[in-house]
Order: sequence, then C-alpha cells, then structure tokens
Amino acid sequence: MDMPAKAKQFPLPSSLKVVPGTERAQAAYPYYTQFEAGDDQRFWFYNSMHFPEPMSAFDMVTAEAAYCALGSANTRVHCLPTTLGIDHRIINGRVYIGGNAVTDPTEIARRLEEFKQRAFYYYANWERLYDQWREKMLALIKSAQALPTPQLPDLEPLANVHAGRGIASNHTLLDTYQKTLEGYFRMWHHHFEFLLLGYGAYLTFFDFCKKAFPEITDQTIARMVAGIEAEIFRPDDELRRLARCAVELGIDPHFDKQLSATQLIETLRTEGEAGRAWLKELEISRHPWFNINVGDGFYHYHRAWNDDLSMPFASLPDYIARVKAGESLHRPVEKLLEERKQLIEDYRELLTTEEERAAYDQMITLAHRVFPYVEGHKFYCEHWYTNLFFNKIREFGALLAEHKFFGDAEDVFQLTHYELESAIIDLMTAWSNGSAPRGPGHWPKLVAERRAAIREWAKHETPPALGVVPDVIDDPAIVMLWGITRESLNTWLSTGADSDPNELKGFAACRGVVEGTARIVKSVDEISRLQKGDILVCQVTNPSWAPIFGKISAAVSDIGGSMSHAAIVAREYGLPAVVGTGNGTSRIKDGQRIRVDGGRGIVTILG
Amino acid sequence: MIGWLADLGLADRPQVGGKGGSLGELARAGIAVPPGFVVKTAAFERFLESAESEAPLRALVASVDPDSLADVTALSQQLRARIEAAPLPQDLAAAIERAYRKLNESHQAAVAVRSSATTEDAADASFAGLQDTYLWVQNLEQTLDKVRSCWGSLYSVASITYRRRHPFAERDVAMAVVVQTMVDARTAGVMFTRSPLTGDRSVMAIEGSWGLGSAVVGGEVTPDRWVVGKITGEISVREISDKQIRHVPLSEGGIQSVAVDESQRRIPCMSDAELEALRVIGRKVERHYGRPQDIEWAVDRHSGAILLLQSRPETVWSSREVAPVGRPVDDPSLHVLKIFGGFNR
Repeated sequence: MDMPAKAKQFPLPSSLKVVPGTERAQAAYPYYTQFEAGDDQRFWFYNSMHFPEPMSAFDMVTAEAAYCALGSANTRVHCLPTTLGIDHRIINGRVYIGGNAVTDPTEIARRLEEFKQRAFYYYANWERLYDQWREKMLALIKSAQALPTPQLPDLEPLANVHAGRGIASNHTLLDTYQKTLEGYFRMWHHHFEFLLLGYGAYLTFFDFCKKAFPEITDQTIARMVAGIEAEIFRPDDELRRLARCAVELGIDPHFDKQLSATQLIETLRTEGEAGRAWLKELEISRHPWFNINVGDGFYHYHRAWNDDLSMPFASLPDYIARVKAGESLHRPVEKLLEERKQLIEDYRELLTTEEERAAYDQMITLAHRVFPYVEGHKFYCEHWYTNLFFNKIREFGALLAEHKFFGDAEDVFQLTHYELESAIIDLMTAWSNGSAPRGPGHWPKLVAERRAAIREWAKHETPPALGVVPDVIDDPAIVMLWGITRESLNTWLSTGADSDPNELKGFAACRGVVEGTARIVKSVDEISRLQKGDILVCQVTNPSWAPIFGKISAAVSDIGGSMSHAAIVAREYGLPAVVGTGNGTSRIKDGQRIRVDGGRGIVTILG
Repeated sequence: MIGWLADLGLADRPQVGGKGGSLGELARAGIAVPPGFVVKTAAFERFLESAESEAPLRALVASVDPDSLADVTALSQQLRARIEAAPLPQDLAAAIERAYRKLNESHQAAVAVRSSATTEDAADASFAGLQDTYLWVQNLEQTLDKVRSCWGSLYSVASITYRRRHPFAERDVAMAVVVQTMVDARTAGVMFTRSPLTGDRSVMAIEGSWGLGSAVVGGEVTPDRWVVGKITGEISVREISDKQIRHVPLSEGGIQSVAVDESQRRIPCMSDAELEALRVIGRKVERHYGRPQDIEWAVDRHSGAILLLQSRPETVWSSREVAPVGRPVDDPSLHVLKIFGGFNR
C-alpha cells in the first residue's frame, strides 16, 4: 500500500496533558479511568457521539455502567467472535474509548460456536425475549419510582418504633442510594441485552444492499428498515394530539399569550371545565411520554420535558395554528407503511435472481424483526429510566444541600458516585451521633474547583483520536455504534490542505438542498435562539428536538450516522440534513450563510 | 409501404427495421417520441426491383471479395451512385409524399431521415452507426433524396464488408427509413437505466448538455451528469460542468456548433423536476422491455416536452456474469456472521 510521504499521526495518550490548574479535578476520576503508560500502544478515540461535552464527575457513571454492560454482553453473554468489550479513559473531562479485538483464529473459532448457541437463540426467539425485556424494563422503572425520597427526620417516627422495624431512617439513605446506583447499572445491562445483535442484523441487510446496489444511499436502506410506529415519534405525536385537543376544547387563544408553562397551566386550571379537561389530557400524555429528555440522557442537565415543560410547550402555538389552518397533524401511518412496503418490493424486483431475492427476504425480515428494539429501547433506557435516576440523585443533592454540604443541590453532580456514597455515609454518621457532618467543610471548595475545571476543559478542543492507528478497523461494535472506519480516520487525519476549507462532508441523511443562516446550538439552553428558517448546526440531536424541526430549514450535526435520531426525524419532516460532519459546530460560525446538500452529505460555507 | 410509428412495434422489425420497430414500440407503450413514419422495406424492395430491372445489384454484393478493399470500395461507389440517381417509382414517391404532408399538417417542421436496417440494433450483432442519418432535412424534395441516400448507405464500404464477413444472406438484407419530426432541443443527452460505473440497477445515470444531443453523443462537450435513484428519485450525484459549446440546427439544414452564452455555461441544463420526469420515463421504458436501457432523449425548446429519440438494450453490464450477492440459508441467523463472524478479516 502506498503511504503518504508525511503520514500524519494522532498524538499519543502520554502527550495529551491535563489542562494546567485542573489537575485535582482530573484526579477525582477513578484510578482505573486515568491513562497509563501502556495505553500509548493502543488506539483510542474520543467518544464525542455520546459525550460531546466535558463530563462532570458524577455523570461519568454513565460511561462506566454502559461499558460494563456493553462489554459483558459482547465478551461473555453473546460471545461476539471477533470482539470483546470497550475500555474507557478520561482526560480533561473527555471520554476516550478503545476496543478489544479478538485476533487469534482458534479463539475466534471457539467464540463463533458459542455465539451460534447464544445469539442465534436470541434471533430465533426475538419477539418473546423482547416482550420479556419490556416487562423487565417496566418493572425496573416501577421499582425506581418506588424508592423513597431521601430524608432524615429529627427523631425516628413513632410508628416505625412501634412496628419494631429495627432499622433507622439513616440506613434508608444508604439503601436508597445503593438501590439507585444498582438500578442504573442494571438498566444498562438491559440496554445492551439486544442492542449489538439488533445493529448486527440491520448491518447485515445494509451490507447486502450495498453489494447488490453499489450506489444505493444509506438513507434509502434506512427507510426500508426504520419503524413507522416507533416510540421515538410518540412524544411529538402527543404534542400534536394536545394541540388538537386545545382547539377542540376552544382554549387555544390562551396559547397565544406568551405565557410561561407555569402561568399557562395556572390559567387553565382556573379557567373552567375546558381548561381542566385539557390539563387532564396533558397528564395522560406526560405519563410516560414526556419522560423524554432534551439530550441523549447522558448528562444530568439534560432535563426531561416533564421536569421543564417550556420545551414541549414552545411548539404548541405552532401546532395549534396548523390545526386551525385545517391540518390534522396525524402522522399518515398507513401511508408511510405502504410506502415502505413498496420501496422494499421495488428494490427486490431489481435483484436479478430468485436466489438473491430469497436471501434479501430473509435479511429484511430479520432486520424488521430486530429494529423495534433498536429504535424503541432508547425511550425506556436513555430517557425514562435515566431521568428517574438523575432526579433521584438530585434529591440526594437537595438533602445534602439542606445539610450545608453544598450551596446548591445541583452540586451533587460534581462528586463521583463513590464520593457521593461517602458524603451520604458522612451525613448518616453525623445524624446517628448527633454531631455535625464533615461534608460542609470538605465539599464546597472541591465543587467550585471542579465546576471551574469543566468550564476550562470546554474551551479546549480535544484530539478526535489518540495513539497508534490500526491498519484495519473491523471491530463490529465500533463500526456499528460509532461508524468509525479506516476511511473516517483518514478524514480526521487530513489537514484540509487537499480539501476545500469551505466544505464539510458527512452522512447524507435526508435529501434536499437549502441555503440559510447557520445557528450553532451547542446546548439545549440555546434552542430558543433558533429563528424560523435557520439551519440548525449542533453536536447531536435526539427525538425530543423533533418539535423544533418544524421551525428550521435544515439540520447539520457533528455526530451520527444514517440511522441516528437526527437522520430519522429529518426524513420524517422531509428536512435536508447532513449528520456526522465531525466538526461542523467548530468550523461553521454562528450566523454564517451555509448550503446544506442533504442528498450528497455536503455542507458548504458560503460566508 | 408506409407505416406510422404509433402503429408499429418490435414485431414489425422485418418490415420497418430496428430503429423503426424500436421507436414504434416506445410510442405504443405511451412514451413520447417525435412523430414520424417509416418507409418500409417493401418500399426498398419495390425501388430495388425497379433498379435491378436495368442491371443486377444484390448479386454483385453477394459475390464481392470482402478482403479486397479496392473491390469493395469500387462496388460501393458504383452502387451508391446508382441508387441516389435512380428515379423513384411513381407510386412510391406518391406514398412518401402523402405521409410527408400528413406529418407536416400542423406546421412545417424539419425532419430527420434515418436508416433503419433490418439487422440494425439487434442486441447480439449491433450494426449501430454503420448506416446514415440525416438531420434537419428541410423539405419534401430533400426528404426524397435522403431516403435514397439512406438506402444507398446500406452499400457503404463498412456495411458491405461487415455483412460479407457475417452470416447474413444478401437477399434478406433490406433497409427501411424512418422520417421523423426534428426536435429543436433546449437540452438533450443520454440516460442509462443502470450505473455505467458499477452496473447498479437501482440508479440511472443521466448526462445532458445544452442544444442538440449530437454534441453529447459525439463527445464534443463535457455534459452535466446526475445519478438518480431509479426508485426513490433521489439525486445522489450532481456534476455540473462547464458546457462550452452547443449544437444548433442550421436554417439551410444540418447542424452547427456554437459557443454557449457565458451565463449558461456553468448552470444545470436540467431542472430537478425534469430529471424526475426523465426518471419516470426511463423506468417505464425499462419495465416495458424488461431489461436496462441505453436511451437518447431531448427536451423540446418550445413545448418543454421530454421526447425519446432512441432506446436500446444496455449491453456492457448485461453481458457480464456476476456472482450472486447472497443466497438463502436454512437458518436466517447465519446471515449475521457476515458482520459478526470476522469473515472480512
């Protein structure tokens, strides 16, 4: 193979320095997540897909719990023949990950036999196991909801004493915390029970299509597989339903008054039967469908619609206006299903032999079988459960703040999960002994230091990858989940000397060409800056952003493939979109005019 | 002796030649083609009969030595001169005149006079390009001349040599002539109903440029190029090139190459809506024939209508043996080993 004369390399982990002044904040992360000397021999990449912003000490539990569950599913449960789990390291609040490939042919052969007995069983019994999965998840959610609000009474309630409970309330704190943490780790095991197998079956069909139709676009294959009635559309569907309800009940004028969500609810509550009827409908929608957060659920500050109604309410006036203009706002499910069926049949007809058609039928059937899980699990895991989890931790934050450990309940997220347990035990002990807890003298300074460190880290760009570049990347987990290939690494390595500095390439997510003003939205708080017709430029989007898709004219994201949520929602809205540009949010400047060519996956900066 | 395109089909090829049959087949399938008629092989036979009453013609061809270029050239010159000078039998001239007048009933338009040999455009032995086509023929008199020129082109050096080297019986070789209204094209080009690069049957490759299609077919201009999803209509490739020249008809007949206006050179010569219309036409033609096609098309400058000038079976990829992309397996789960099994390693 010809190598360029000056092959560019990624920096070694050992050359990546902790930002000066943040060393103590860096040291707070567990020892097993710190880079060590041997790590220079391996290849690592920055997981900006899931963790695009520096992670606070507590939020890192998501990386830990997720990789623990992903690894056990791959390595020991399903026994993927060629790959084990994923190691993670943290520097400057950024999560770097590296896969563990299996290369020994004998070991691959051994694991292959195991895989057939395990994974094939899942494929053969998918529906039953998935039904069972949903039951498990709902039970897990129920048990998380049943956990008590952590609190410490002055004296143990008399009822507890007379009941002979024999356990004091301070123990309940530890019990609740440990169950909260245990539940989160358990949830991630459920999350990965089917995920890789699901992606694998989808990619099998994808691979077949790319061979049979070398010039087929990714989004066409995605359209053949994607579910029509998937849970990801439900929250937005509920908003549309509420808009129709508001018009039917004749309370729609209240939505034009620029009231805050709280003011609006208060107005409706006092405004007679119709207002209260709508609020009843709102409650039906909220539980569970507003348990969707405004991010990917990996950061504590990605709050759920249920916790902050301003996001869902912001789109109601527009939906109401459309209902009044005569639109039904119903998703044409039957029509969409029919279109998908036709698309699959039309491509089938293009195959040249009956043999190929039979193989195609088997693969699309398998892909359709697994895909409800691939699309549906996120609502239960990353949204509903994660919201419950972070809110429970928030309750601990409130209790600790009440006892002067912190100035603000949100400070709790600056502690690692180990540190939080120690703070809880500190409080338990002090309550037991009738003495003052040590926390108030210990945590405030550390919390301030860590908050400052995160602000500092956010100012520094971090390399997309570190260490030795492998010749081949065929780790199915990494290719599937992160879309990383040797080709994409070469793109990361290219300086731009041989490429147009005004052009960004990504995945073509939804066709159409649009020019407009770029609005860089780096966090959810900035969503309100979007004006009608703007082009959204963001790191990653998720289903809860769907309502704003009615407002923008195109979308560009740093992260994501053709099956990412941004891509699915963009196609649903017929909005030109380019996803996975890598660095759109840093190369495009806010307010610049850009052209998005969603059919080709190209974004051009016009100036 | 005359047949109208709209009434013809592939089955009529022995009487109307490959081009006539193919255009008729398109017209009958509901595809817009420029209106026209075919001077059938019976007319050729009638003409030849009249010419051979003075001196033999076919017998000379059947006995010439194809390896002697000098002999073939001399014979070709002699026969073509004879054919072009021979008077048309009265009944034949009258039939062509009636058809010509009918074609030009609504408005006086230039016509294309195109050879349509009975051996031409056969998928297995392509005669394409061996016979003549005359564009922008202005009036009846010229049309009658060009019909004879087309007949004469059956006796070109290349045609005679080709025929003598292949197993065609000279008495079975006949020539029909298509007389068709010219399209004054705003844009014209070619379309393959599969990818010429990868053979992918799910896309169509469209190339087009300003003016008449001859500039594209003759390679005199780098055309705009699009790849369109056959089923989805998605435009996955758009290459808009600098189109420096275009072909335009000359008032006295024939074609002229002129510079494209600066403002037009780098803009797409087809709108997305036109590409979509072309996709639908291409798919219809392909379905009609049951195999990928190689199509010439034009957009009428005045009406904006898209017309097909020709459609032939695609031959390059169709003749390749391709290993099946996949086979059914007893347990569908086995398919996933392509992804998980490390077989790509």
